[in-house]
Amino acid sequence: MKIVLENLTKKYPNQNRKIKTEVTAVSDMSIEIPDGQLVGLLGPSGCGKSTTLNMICGLEKPTSGRIYFGDTDVTELPPEERGVGMVFQSYALYPHLTARQNIMFPLQNFRGEKKLSRSELEARAEEAARLVQIEQFLDRKPGQMSGGQQQRVAIARALVKMPGVLLLDEPLSNLDARLRLQTREEIRRIQRETGITSVFVTHDQEEAMSISDFIVVMDTGVVQQIGKPQSVYDDPVNLFVAKFLGTPQINVFDGTVKAGKLFIGDEAVLDVPGVPDRDVTVGIRPEGFVPDENGVLTCNLHAIEVMGRDTSVVAAHPAFTGHEIRAIIRSDERPEGSGGTVRFNLKEKKVYLFDKDSGERIRF
Amino acid sequence: MDKNSWKPWLYLLPALVFLGIFMVYPLFDVMMYSVEEGYNSASQTFYGVGKYNYSYVLRDPYFLQALKNTFILVIITVPLSTGIALLISVGLNSIKPLKELYQTVYFLPYVTNTLAVGLVFMILFKKTPYSEGFVNQIIGFFGAGPVDFIEGPYWAKMFVMCFYTIWVVLPFKILILTSALASVNPDYYKAAKVDGTSPGRTFLRITLPMISPMVFYLIITGFIGAFKAYSDVVAIFGTDLNAAGMNTIVGYVYDMLYGDSGGYPSYASAAALILFAIVLTITCINLLISRKTVHYT
Repeated sequence: MKIVLENLTKKYPNQNRKIKTEVTAVSDMSIEIPDGQLVGLLGPSGCGKSTTLNMICGLEKPTSGRIYFGDTDVTELPPEERGVGMVFQSYALYPHLTARQNIMFPLQNFRGEKKLSRSELEARAEEAARLVQIEQFLDRKPGQMSGGQQQRVAIARALVKMPGVLLLDEPLSNLDARLRLQTREEIRRIQRETGITSVFVTHDQEEAMSISDFIVVMDTGVVQQIGKPQSVYDDPVNLFVAKFLGTPQINVFDGTVKAGKLFIGDEAVLDVPGVPDRDVTVGIRPEGFVPDENGVLTCNLHAIEVMGRDTSVVAAHPAFTGHEIRAIIRSDERPEGSGGTVRFNLKEKKVYLFDKDSGERIRF
Repeated sequence: MDKNSWKPWLYLLPALVFLGIFMVYPLFDVMMYSVEEGYNSASQTFYGVGKYNYSYVLRDPYFLQALKNTFILVIITVPLSTGIALLISVGLNSIKPLKELYQTVYFLPYVTNTLAVGLVFMILFKKTPYSEGFVNQIIGFFGAGPVDFIEGPYWAKMFVMCFYTIWVVLPFKILILTSALASVNPDYYKAAKVDGTSPGRTFLRITLPMISPMVFYLIITGFIGAFKAYSDVVAIFGTDLNAAGMNTIVGYVYDMLYGDSGGYPSYASAAALILFAIVLTITCINLLISRKTVHYT
């Protein structure tokens, strides 16, 4: 089912009652999520992504704007009439019920014509359990299951009603690193198998990038950029998006443009035709550095960290705004020694210019 | 054996000494008294050992009356007070405006002196030459005749007793239950809401199981507290409880020790041990039932 958010806004009264101004959690958000897609809502904590999810779910009412599922306006509908399944960050599995009872719980709420017989209940629950591959744990209680298994039960419980929309709130944040990798593949597989339109919220860009059909990057309640993970990474619209996506983080320098050339410090590092003379913020992705004895950018070498396939060069530069520069290079291109200086050439496609004040991208 | 194995015992010694002097020894002493026949407290003598004290107590009409009163009190007040406390707590938990005020109001009886509360109940229920009592005025307004709640028929006195007991034990139960309700993860309710769970089913299938350890705790302590009822009865009916026909088991024990007919520590001990046996049995039954119905997480 297609989900359309139209000028969605949510304001809260300030928690401190003395401050009369309202807090805007989500501001004028308009996105369209095509049928059957997996969408990641991505942003730092407090950016309004969970509020957005809760509004799609119906647990919170928007201050203004509309929400459509398909062609139906569901803005005024309570959650149970929207046909959504929700997986909570804490999983919210009822601890006193077995996995089977947890999965059957939503079905037992059906009344009247939709009421299911005992055998139908069992069959539906087992079908959902098979989908998430937890058949053998059905008679365990949540306390007797691992985090990953609980997560699967929570997904099964959300799917058992066959909802049109599946919502996941930070689905992987309670899992350890290895399980997180496994589970995100699992979520992807389940989503593909069921073809259900899914929205999930995360603050982990890697998680969002790896499984989403497209991502929505948010900051302070405002959508910054929407697009396919790779294209958002390759073509960020502003400094926030550039900084938020990618590990290690993008390296940010102070720079100037003079006569079509980009200067970092005193060195001209790149031709930027068509950009007027001005001060700029320069972002260079870690993989944008190429070590070269005659390179254009000279940095003080701090350390070289070998990570097997790649090597991370840690360096410093007077014009650098962060803590330390990190360049990721192939291990066979590793510069010799440590201490002293290291020189780099830059890959043009990995260098972005931003306005110094607004952070907006300057294209060249 | 580790050569340091005496050390833990050394650390436990102060506690063990106090427990021994003030709990184990008296308990043992009570058991001794209860089987010493014809014990004389003045001369510290007795002339035999046997179960006569028990058979005397169990045939004493005053004890049987006290036993009956106590059981009625327990059976009526424990379920009712727990149920009412649950209702009020759920109510308190779901209102927003003035929540703190209501919580304070409901907690006030807990910090009020038993005898002062008893006095208030006297004013509410007692018939004097000048007034019928406040409650009788209300009943009279609906056309029913005045009832003497303090010195009248047994059911009226029992009603006052139960009413009073429930009112006195409510605040503590409400306090425990509101905090138990507040500690239930709100995600459970959100999940239930998304699934369209009716309020009744949410309460029975989610809320109640989640707070069941606390409800169970309140039932156990409620049973024990009600079986030990005494001061509340005195506050309403005065010290001559046998004459009022409103004695309780603990009241009977007290009377046997210090009352007008007192001076019989052997009978008192026997009665106390009978009470102990009853409470122990009830608690064991409770524990057995709880295995199926209480969910610890």
